[in-house]
Amino acid sequence: MNLEVLGIIVLWIFLFGYVIVASIDFGAGFFNAYSLLTNKSHILSNIIQRYLSPVWEVTNVFLVFFFVGIVGFFPQTAFYYGTVLLVPVSIAIILLAVRGSYYAFESYGSRGHKGYAFAYGVSGLLIPSSLSVVLTISEGGFVDIIDDLPQLDFWALFTSPLTWSIVLLSIASVLYISAVFLTWYAWKAQDWEAHELMRKYALIWAGPLIFMAVAIIIQMQQHNPDRFRNMISIWPMFGISATLFLMTVWLIWKKRGLGLSVGLLILQFLFAFFAYGISHYPYLLYPHLTIYEGFTNQEMAISLVIAFIAGLCLLIPSLYLLFRLFLFNKEYVTGNQKDFHA
Amino acid sequence: MMNESAVFWSRMLTELTLSFHIIYATIGVGVPLMIMIAQWVGMKNNDEHYILLARRITRGFVITVAVGVVTGTAIGLQLSLLWPNFMRLAGQVIALPLFMETFAFFFEAIFLGIYLYTWDRFDNQTKHMLLLIPVAIGASMSAVFITVVNSFMNTPQGFELVNGELVNIQPLVAMFNPSMPTKVAHVLASAYMTSAFLLASIAAFRLLKGSNHIYYKKSLFLMMKLGLIFSIATAVIGDFSGKFLAEYQPEKLAAAEWHFETEEAASLILLGFMDQEENIKLAIRIPYALSILAHGNPMAEVIGLNEFPEDEIPPLYIHYLFNIMVFIGMFMTLVSILYVAGVWRGWQFIKKVWFRWLTVLGGPLSIIAIETGWWLAEVGRQPWILRGYMRTAQGATTSEHVDMMFILFCILYIVLGIGSIVVLSRMYRANPIEQEIQDRMAEVEGGVR
Ligand code: HDD
Ligand code: HEM
Ligand code: HEM
Repeated sequence: MNLEVLGIIVLWIFLFGYVIVASIDFGAGFFNAYSLLTNKSHILSNIIQRYLSPVWEVTNVFLVFFFVGIVGFFPQTAFYYGTVLLVPVSIAIILLAVRGSYYAFESYGSRGHKGYAFAYGVSGLLIPSSLSVVLTISEGGFVDIIDDLPQLDFWALFTSPLTWSIVLLSIASVLYISAVFLTWYAWKAQDWEAHELMRKYALIWAGPLIFMAVAIIIQMQQHNPDRFRNMISIWPMFGISATLFLMTVWLIWKKRGLGLSVGLLILQFLFAFFAYGISHYPYLLYPHLTIYEGFTNQEMAISLVIAFIAGLCLLIPSLYLLFRLFLFNKEYVTGNQKDFHA
Repeated sequence: MMNESAVFWSRMLTELTLSFHIIYATIGVGVPLMIMIAQWVGMKNNDEHYILLARRITRGFVITVAVGVVTGTAIGLQLSLLWPNFMRLAGQVIALPLFMETFAFFFEAIFLGIYLYTWDRFDNQTKHMLLLIPVAIGASMSAVFITVVNSFMNTPQGFELVNGELVNIQPLVAMFNPSMPTKVAHVLASAYMTSAFLLASIAAFRLLKGSNHIYYKKSLFLMMKLGLIFSIATAVIGDFSGKFLAEYQPEKLAAAEWHFETEEAASLILLGFMDQEENIKLAIRIPYALSILAHGNPMAEVIGLNEFPEDEIPPLYIHYLFNIMVFIGMFMTLVSILYVAGVWRGWQFIKKVWFRWLTVLGGPLSIIAIETGWWLAEVGRQPWILRGYMRTAQGATTSEHVDMMFILFCILYIVLGIGSIVVLSRMYRANPIEQEIQDRMAEVEGGVR
């Protein structure tokens, strides 16, 4: 394997990590806001406090890691994407700020300002939407090089059905991932009311998820036949993903093996995410930039890889400790323990 | 191809975001160390007050961290959004410390989460305190790595530019560039100093507002002692920074000192202002002082602005910034010396209202010193974004919408700034120290622990 591929795999893994942990966070915020409207907020707010508050900063670092890493390994992306993405990414930053400040301002300051909880919930759907636009742009067809400068065709982007399908898929995934995870978490916390509610949401959102996924593959045939052929050529990966999806839904339906269902869910998305990534190879921005043209020099790449390995040796034990204390600690999860917050 | 207005607004937006982030970032770097020292002193002397101090600071710290993270994410993305040309060039040489910075955040974020939610969870207090070490190290290392990036922009090295192509790249040589030692040391020392004086000014403020609790007196004394140590360190390292500039970035020093002609035995210009014709008015000239500041020798030659082409001279207003920073540094050293000596020798004036107010001023003043220091360093590098290789205007984006984004971010920072102040003051007011100590006693006596 060459360094280019190694670099992109590492980054893709971190992006995947972000997609999973952030989806749980975004979805929980949305369900919480929704339950405020229907006066059931007490059900979820507890879970948000106990699980999400200690880890939200870690969630954010996954994103930071991805964008710093991609500019490090592929400095050309700063030029291509940096020039065209000013507006969508700035909006995403502002929405991220709303969420970040929510944890701090709400859980310590005043409690439960409805408008804030609402903004927090809605931002959970808008952030994936604005970030998923980046994926749409990477499919090609929206960026032209004029006078050596990349230019984004906003009109084409906003009128393309592909854009909106990807936005809808991102929303459906966020809600589905989060609902499945929280179904399990609430069960562990022995919070039966929340468990039932989240199970219902998980089953509801399974449908739109699979529908949008199929719709996108079909649209790809129109939009970018090249990419479509690539996707078809690795159909087994998509097939495995679909099978895992069915198994997850079945487990949740039967209320059996909920821990297993979360594992299957993660595998399902892992397969789909990597199938998507592989079919995208070797382009970073179709057809202007490949991982080979955009790559940094050899010396930098090697030092980044060394730094990465050293960093992992530091991080993995720490993450293990974090999860052991907050996610897998029965006492903490069920809230039987005293509150140890500073 | 260059877009004048995009360049202008990119500068404004970068300036805005960084100037805002740096406040919270400085607190983020310095405060964990203060918490650690307070908790350690408390455990060593078996004094519940210091442990409470650590606990109360931690609670407020969460809020400043959140704003720091949010604005840091913003600046991290904006670097690529606003300076795409710069990042694609410099990224090839200086990506390593940026990348390592994310590990430092990661490390810090994980342990901060654990520390925060495990007060009294362990039977052994020391175990809990040890969790702070990775937090403090992570935060300080973030500052180190990002400052390394910034020092590279001032004195780039570790690569060669042949026909517009970068060759012979050495990431470690780029990191350990000439401006790195002084810059990193000065940034760290000034962050610790600022955090200590900020916490001291809170304690002094409570004492002024009628609380006479021993808790605040202990807190004030501890923080003033720490502030004294770090303000001396800051000033000494600041002096080294001046010497570094004289050697490697003489145009920055000359502009900051309004030193126009290269000369030996140069005198230092303090204060003063400049009129339209570049005449200096009302300034104090200290003979030989500039030569001493620059080279440690009253007879040494100091390079003046006449050695540089007209279009490579930084804006001359950085003189004011430099003066403000240095004045604050001296002033705070003096205030803290008086206070610490006063406590030891029993001087009465340190308990007077006017002196308390000086102490209260210390926190905001230190923040102002941080801001002016960065403005000095960054504006003093102009017109370069990568000194000697790329001008700021060449690095900028060409996008049309930067002005709109500037307005959006202005609103965001106003909300975050006001929000964090309101939430912080409400939080402490809802749970004053007298109340908390009582609750704590009841808890311990009730045997709940
Ligand atoms: C509490 C804050 C604070 C205080 C009291 C001082 N400084 Fe400072 N100074 C900074 C905070 C700072 C800073 C924000 O950390 C800067 C900006 C960039 C940097 O490297 O550090 C800085 C930059 C900076 C530079 C420019 C370095 C460069 O561009 O490479 C010089 C020459 C000095 N300082 C010198 C001093 C001196 C002689 C001081 C005497 C007391 C002093 N500073 C006090
Ligand atoms: C690596 C990335 C960095 C880039 C690309 C960058 C670039 C710039 C640019 C182009 C400006 C505008 C200067 C002007 O014309 O006024 C600026 C200003 C500024 N930068 Fe940097 N900088 C970087 C790192 C830093 C760091 C690490 C700090 C520390 C906090 C910092 C602090 C500031 C401040 C406070 C200003 C405002 C100065 C002013 O114009 O008043 N920068 N930066
Ligand atoms: C170009 C300049 C800078 C960039 C690109 C930058 C980037 C970032 C990013 C991305 C984060 C959020 C990390 C997370 O998600 O946890 C952050 C937070 C932070 N930054 Fe900055 N930063 C800059 C300047 C500085 C400077 C000069 C310092 C220190 C003097 C600093 C210290 C911190 C600290 C300590 C945090 C953690 C949040 C906290 O504890 O308050 N940063 N920064």
